[in-house]
Amino acid sequence: MSVPRFWRKIPQRYNLIGTQCTSCSRTFYPPRSFCPDCRRSGETVPYQFQGKGEVVTYTVIRSASDAFAQQTPFVLAIIRLDEGPRVTAQIVVENVNEARIGMRVRSVFRRIGAEGDSGAIYYGTKFVPDVPYIDA
Amino acid sequence: MTGIITYGAYIPRYRIKLEEIARVWGDNAQDITGGLGVREKSLPDLDEDTATIAVEAARFALARRTIDPEQIGAVYVGSESHPYAVKPTACTVGEAIGATPVMTAADYEFACKAGTAGIQACMGLVGAGMVPYGLAIGSDVAQGAPSDALEYTAAAGGAAFLIGQDDPIATIHRTASFTTDTPDFWRREGQNYPRHGGRFTGDPGYFKHVEGAANLMFEQTGKTAKDYDYAVFHQPNAKFPQRVAKTLGFTPEQIKPGLVVPTLGNTYSGASMIGLAATLDVAKPGDRVFVTSFGSGAGADSFDIEVTDAIESEAFRRSAAPTVRQLLANPIYVDYALYARHKGKIVMQ
Ligand SMILES: [Zn+2]
Repeated sequence: MSVPRFWRKIPQRYNLIGTQCTSCSRTFYPPRSFCPDCRRSGETVPYQFQGKGEVVTYTVIRSASDAFAQQTPFVLAIIRLDEGPRVTAQIVVENVNEARIGMRVRSVFRRIGAEGDSGAIYYGTKFVPDVPYIDA
Repeated sequence: MTGIITYGAYIPRYRIKLEEIARVWGDNAQDITGGLGVREKSLPDLDEDTATIAVEAARFALARRTIDPEQIGAVYVGSESHPYAVKPTACTVGEAIGATPVMTAADYEFACKAGTAGIQACMGLVGAGMVPYGLAIGSDVAQGAPSDALEYTAAAGGAAFLIGQDDPIATIHRTASFTTDTPDFWRREGQNYPRHGGRFTGDPGYFKHVEGAANLMFEQTGKTAKDYDYAVFHQPNAKFPQRVAKTLGFTPEQIKPGLVVPTLGNTYSGASMIGLAATLDVAKPGDRVFVTSFGSGAGADSFDIEVTDAIESEAFRRSAAPTVRQLLANPIYVDYALYARHKGKIVMQ
């Protein structure tokens, strides 16, 4: 990933900002400037997703490119956000065997990768199991 | 009055017990944990660093109160472990909470008190009417060289405080600082791990400065330890804050809610701020909180804080983000090998 390519996508990567059609309310992530349902009558505006959703399917990555090699094994999933769109993202779990289809997840801010020891560090959105915090 | 509008803390889920570190280096575990008063410490996940911890703490703060992020005119992140040597963590945080681009931002460094220095800067900006809100964060993934004494306590965590004047949950009545040029802890450019003057630096470093700032505050306010409900001190271990609290006249009960180091470790810039967050987690309207941070090099910042009715109002949703106690619960324990991997101590080819 190049620095300019990452740079352009910072708002959507950091804050799950997509778009919403002003006529039918459908939401899009990644953002779309045009609603396929409403065609020309559908204008879209920026929309921030709440960051909660459900795992539709997932795979365990055990061998990855250099930028991600330090993090293997990890879970890569397709998540259906509660507002509708599907996103592909990493799920951070203690053990990759914890991943389940239908699992409730919430978004967190994590390091996505880095270009070696001297290059840019990329941050973005990952997901963790959406379990309530307990006192003891 | 200028004060705390909302706050949030974040602690990674991973922990290592000090006895596991002692096992690897052949130290006596009981001597270590007994001497420090620390049983275990936090460490970051593989993809967590000072910036991600700062963002999570800031987002938890904003989850507790409805604030237009564009009204946040300043973001300061204090840390001694910023991910970049040159490129501000504060910009990443500002972007991740939607406060950019109309804001000022900078990273602060002052060993363990860089975060409270950020609170003071925000108090000045807010008090002068230059910005509606300022966000001050202390966040660290503290580094200790393998087998160095610091390795037993260097931990990961952070806390964020939104400073403003509009209905604060806690008023900051006053702040007082005490600073000198003291070489008790340092890290030179390009070095991976900090160095320190050894175990004799407590008196000319921590105690001289914490007592200096605290006594300055007592002089300026005419108050004593008895006038406070709670006190929070920088906590590089459990012994130092307990000793300084006693010297200043505070009781063990007053420092109890904010003394989180036994199961957290020393989160450096996050330490006194997480202690304050843990205290606000249990505080009631009218409670008076005394806070003194410490940063080697060396200096201390004292704060005289009074909790207001707003902490129990509908505008503030304390339960919308986890308490420090909840962040400390249910940890994932790792052995030294996994710890070394998480901390990047294993050099990959
Ligand atoms: Zn539409």
